[in-house]
Amino acid sequence: MENKNIYVPYKMKIEKVTEEAPFVKTFRLKFMNDEDAEKFDFRTGQFGEYSVYGEGESTFCIASAPTRKGYIECTFREAGRVTKALANLGEGDIIGFRGPYGNIFPIDEWKGKNLLFIAGGIALPPMRSVIWNCLDLRENFKDVTILYGARSVADLVYKHELKEWEERPDVNLFTTVDPGGETPEWDGKVGFVPTVLSEIAPSSENTIAIVCGPPIMIKYTFPVLEKLGFTDENIFTTLENRMKCGFGKCGRCNVGKVFVCKDGPVFTLKQMKELPAEY
Amino acid sequence: MEIVNKLLDKSALSALIERLSKSGKEVYAPVKENGITDFAKIDTIDTIDFDCITTIQSAKSLVFPRVENILSYKKTSEDIVVKNVDITAFPEVVALGTRPCDAAGFIPLDAIFCTDNADEIFNARLKKLTIISISCKKADEYCFCTSVNGNPGNTAGSDILLTEISDSTYFAEIVSEKGKAIFDANTDLFKETAAIDKTPHLAEVKQEFTAEAINEKLNTLFESDIWDKQSMRCVGCGACAYVCPACGCFDIQDENKGNKGIRHRCWDSCGFGLFTLHTSGHNPREKQSQRWRQRIFHKFSYQPVQQKQFGCVGCGRCSRACPADMNIAEHLKEIAVN
Repeated sequence: MENKNIYVPYKMKIEKVTEEAPFVKTFRLKFMNDEDAEKFDFRTGQFGEYSVYGEGESTFCIASAPTRKGYIECTFREAGRVTKALANLGEGDIIGFRGPYGNIFPIDEWKGKNLLFIAGGIALPPMRSVIWNCLDLRENFKDVTILYGARSVADLVYKHELKEWEERPDVNLFTTVDPGGETPEWDGKVGFVPTVLSEIAPSSENTIAIVCGPPIMIKYTFPVLEKLGFTDENIFTTLENRMKCGFGKCGRCNVGKVFVCKDGPVFTLKQMKELPAEY
Repeated sequence: MEIVNKLLDKSALSALIERLSKSGKEVYAPVKENGITDFAKIDTIDTIDFDCITTIQSAKSLVFPRVENILSYKKTSEDIVVKNVDITAFPEVVALGTRPCDAAGFIPLDAIFCTDNADEIFNARLKKLTIISISCKKADEYCFCTSVNGNPGNTAGSDILLTEISDSTYFAEIVSEKGKAIFDANTDLFKETAAIDKTPHLAEVKQEFTAEAINEKLNTLFESDIWDKQSMRCVGCGACAYVCPACGCFDIQDENKGNKGIRHRCWDSCGFGLFTLHTSGHNPREKQSQRWRQRIFHKFSYQPVQQKQFGCVGCGRCSRACPADMNIAEHLKEIAVN
């Protein structure tokens, strides 16, 4: 009998655990049922509900790119009940996954454009999916610039991938840490993301900016982008309201006439300006 | 389908209830217990409280229970076995004596659960529910159905609507296929009649405003101080959402016992601060006035866009239940004339 109960998760096995930063881990997840693996398809920007049976479900983006087949990855920080329980699991353990939910980054519409990715702290994971998706289709895009900042050097996630991006001639990577967060060996920038953004002043000409970070970073980054000449239609972000169901029924991610889960999580600044600031 | 008009004597209603229960259907009706009238399972007409204006709680729990299992699981050392809910085991239910506002409440609820990603559990319960409402011959100061597109003899949402036209007789309107199925199986209990003007037999509920006017006004009121003013007394208890026939917001929680457990969904309320609280501590609606504004906007501005339905049927339950005596009809009227 086909299971139509929309609350029943896929069964996933944790294939690999990567320690990214203090209290931050990445899980590589594989479908335990081959049919599920075959049926499953997602696009960059989408998210899911990850569950530890007995503790509940938690919402995070799919942090891997759809171009990397056969698995999905999620990166999370131990913060609440479910993420603490997740952090206690290891390779071989089973968790639940519902998804994919939500809309996507419209990367097909970005063909022939420059891409500017700006991320702060634990907000690199949703960005990582779209970054790898675009890098795997590198010929579709012109310049790719990534600006990533974290509180301290230790808090930078995906350190090995940052190195990979740094070494690629077709990616301009800028990393920064907040003042005081640097180590003696640190050779990146020191300063808050919006400040570093004004310093490097990327051109807005034919460029899409994708911004993801804590509310305070977002708040100070948008005006810098506007000053650089980015229009509201060319600035994208992904919102993260509290969610339970993931498909527009439980009501809690409702902002204005949209549900972040169903109509988002990806919004342009233009769309965000039409919403009440309840995110 | 076109509404079919019949007569149903009270003695015949009594026989109908007995037949429905005997046929294996669960019949729920307003029952007074310890001074409080709420929907309870019955098998005879004698226990029904026909006099109450509305039950304290709406009839929504018949399709959207307060707490409901959405899956169960069992962990072994090697595996986790997840069991789906057996929706075929849901009982056939008849809600009898719902008011027209209660019946209308199932429409926005259905729209929430069945717009996109249809909720199979909700759907299965709704499919097995037949609603036999009774028109209102009395109303109180909290009733405002006529201001939100309803009326005391409204058929919308009901499968059969009964209107008391004498001490011994109901005018019965067979509204839907489900209503017709009950009629077809019990034709001997119904009598023929021409259409009857129900108006003299209905309560009078004065129209104070329109839902469309509220919708229109809200376009410019988001930043108004009216929300602070109106919600000053709100204690954030969430009672309004719990008694509301149209409120569908829910939470999902796990209940674990040893190596097994269930995942359930339970009613929730946008009036609670925790409803929107992020794990980081950030709360998009941190003040009670923002949560009150959300309640009104959701019902009168957002739902008409999201589900093409207003999320309020004017039953007045939220006002009756409010421990701080906030009267939604008064507040809506204030918005309408703002």
